[in-house]
Amino acid sequence: MSTLAYDGTAMLGRQLRRMRNNPGLLILTQTMPVSMLLFFGYVFGSALAVPGAEYRSFLVPGLLVATAAGGVMTGMFQSAQDVHRGVTDRFRTLPVSRAAVPVGQAAADVLVTAAGTVPFLLVGLAVGWRVEAGPAAAAGALLLLLLFRFACVWTGIFLGLLTRNEEAAGQLGGATFLLPLLSSAYIPTAGLPGWLRTVAEWNPISAVATALRELFGNAPVPEGAAWPVAHPVAGSLAWCAVLLAVFVPLAVREYAHAER
Amino acid sequence: MTTTYAVLSEGLEKRFGAVRALRGLDLAVAEGTVCGMLGPNGAGKTTAVRLLTTLLRPDAGSARIAGHDLVREAAAVRRRIGVTGQDTSIDGDLTGRENLRLFARLHRVGGAAGRADELLDRFGLTEAADRPASGWSGGMRRRLDLAASLIRRPEVLFLDEPTTGLDPASRTLIWEAVRELTGEGTSVLLTTQYLEEADRLADDIALVDRGRVAHTGSPAELKALVGTHAEVIVADAAALVAAAGVLDRLTGSQPSLDRARNAVGVVTKDATVTLPHLVRTLDAAGVPLLDASLRPPTLDDVFLRLTGGSVAFAGRPGDDKERAA
Repeated sequence: MSTLAYDGTAMLGRQLRRMRNNPGLLILTQTMPVSMLLFFGYVFGSALAVPGAEYRSFLVPGLLVATAAGGVMTGMFQSAQDVHRGVTDRFRTLPVSRAAVPVGQAAADVLVTAAGTVPFLLVGLAVGWRVEAGPAAAAGALLLLLLFRFACVWTGIFLGLLTRNEEAAGQLGGATFLLPLLSSAYIPTAGLPGWLRTVAEWNPISAVATALRELFGNAPVPEGAAWPVAHPVAGSLAWCAVLLAVFVPLAVREYAHAER
Repeated sequence: MTTTYAVLSEGLEKRFGAVRALRGLDLAVAEGTVCGMLGPNGAGKTTAVRLLTTLLRPDAGSARIAGHDLVREAAAVRRRIGVTGQDTSIDGDLTGRENLRLFARLHRVGGAAGRADELLDRFGLTEAADRPASGWSGGMRRRLDLAASLIRRPEVLFLDEPTTGLDPASRTLIWEAVRELTGEGTSVLLTTQYLEEADRLADDIALVDRGRVAHTGSPAELKALVGTHAEVIVADAAALVAAAGVLDRLTGSQPSLDRARNAVGVVTKDATVTLPHLVRTLDAAGVPLLDASLRPPTLDDVFLRLTGGSVAFAGRPGDDKERAA
C-alpha cells in the first residue's frame, strides 16, 4: 500500500506538471462553464421559470455538476493519449504499483477541479448566486461535487484504456457534452414528457445537481421525482458508489494487463 | 563452467486471433553479451520483445529473465530490465528533465535529480532539457527514451530497433552507450533492421523467421554458413566458359554466369580458396583475367539466404499490426 501511495504521488506530480506545460485542455474546461453561465443565465434565463428559485441560482450548481461530469472526457482523453503515445507501455515495464497511474491521474484531476471551482463560484456570486444554507451543508455540497468528479474520472480512465486512441477518445469525449442536456443540470425536469422525465431523473447528473441545490439552499427538491432525485444526497452517494465500484476495478485491471 | 543466461526462453507461443505471431521461440542470451535478433518484418521480433518485457503474456512456453520467471515473478523481472521499444514512450507534455526525474523516482533511485542530469549530459540533451519533449527532434526523443531505460542500470536491456530512422550522429551515440553498458556487465537483446548494426554490436545473432528462431550463432559463424563469394571478370564469352569450368573444378559448386559483364561468380565454403590460389589456377588454365575478387559474406547475404523468400512478405500480419491492436 505504501508503494501505491509513493508511486501514486509521483504520478500525481506528473499530471500536474503536464497540465502546467500544456494547459490547453485545462483552459478550455475552466472557461467553458463560465461562458455557459453567462450565456444560459442571461439568454435562456429570461425565458425560463424555475419553481421556487431564481434561474441563475438554479443554474450555478447545475453547471458545477455538468462540468464535473466532464471528468469522463478528460479522464478518457488523458489515458487514451498515454496508451497511444506508448507512455503506458513504459509504465507497465517499470516496477510500479499497477494502480498508481490511474490513482495519480484521478487524484490530480480532483485537485485541479477543486481549484477551478473557486473562480467559477466567484463569477456565480457576481451574477447573483448565494450560499443560502449553513456552511457545513455548503462544504458538504463541495465534497459531494468532488466525489462525483472522482467517480467520473475513473469512468473516463477505463473508457480511455479501452479506446486506446486519442483521436477517437477526443470525439467520443465530445459526445459526453450531451449528457447534462438530458438531466436537471440546466432545466427543471418537471416539465419534461413522462418517459423523458424518467430518463433524465435517472441520469446521475440530476441527482448530484439536485443535491447541490438542496445543500446550498438554492432550490427545493422537486415534487414527485424519481428516487435518486427525490432523495438527492443519498441518491448521489449511491451513484458515486456504483460508478466507483464498477470502474475502479475495471480500470486497474485493464491497466495491469491491457494486452490481449 | 556453466553459462548463466540473461534471457532464456523455451517454446514461447503467442497468438493474435488467427495469427500465430510466435510458434515456439527458444532464445538464449548469455549474461554480459549482446544478442541481435534479426528477421523479416512480421517474423515476431517485436512480439518476442513485448513478451520478454512483461507487456504481453505468453499463451504457452516459459522464460527466465535475469534468473526470474517471466510470468510468476513479473515484478522482479521489471526491477531488472530496461526497455526501449520501437516507438518513443516518453511523455511529450513533460520536459526531458521532468521525464527522467519521474522515471528515477519510480525506480526508487536515490538522488533522482542528479541521476537525471547525469543521463541528460551523457546523451547530449542538457541544452534542451527544460523544453517539453514533444517539441524535440526524433533523434533527441530516441536518446531520451534510451536514457529513461538506463535510469537504474538494468541487468538486461531490451532494444527494439533503437536506431531506426536516426541520423548517423544519434546512431553512433546509441551504439557507444550500448558498448559501454555491456562493458559494465549489462546483457542486451537488440532487434534491428540494420545488419551493420547487428554486425557491430552483437556477440550472437538469432535469426527469427515465422515466429521461431531459425538460426543462431556469432556473426562469423553465420557468415561461414553462407560462404565466401568469388567473382572473376574476363575479356570475352569464350574465356567466360573456360573460367566457369575452372571455378567449378576448384570449388565443387555451380558457378553463376553474368554474360553482360563477362563475369562469373561462385559461392564457396572451402577455406583453401584464396585470392592468390584462384588467380594462379585460372592463369595456369590459360584464362585471360581482367579482374578477380573474393568477398566475405555480409549479414545481408546471411539474412537473404537463411530466411529464404519470406522477406518478400512485407504485408504479412505481425510486428506492425499487433502493436496497433
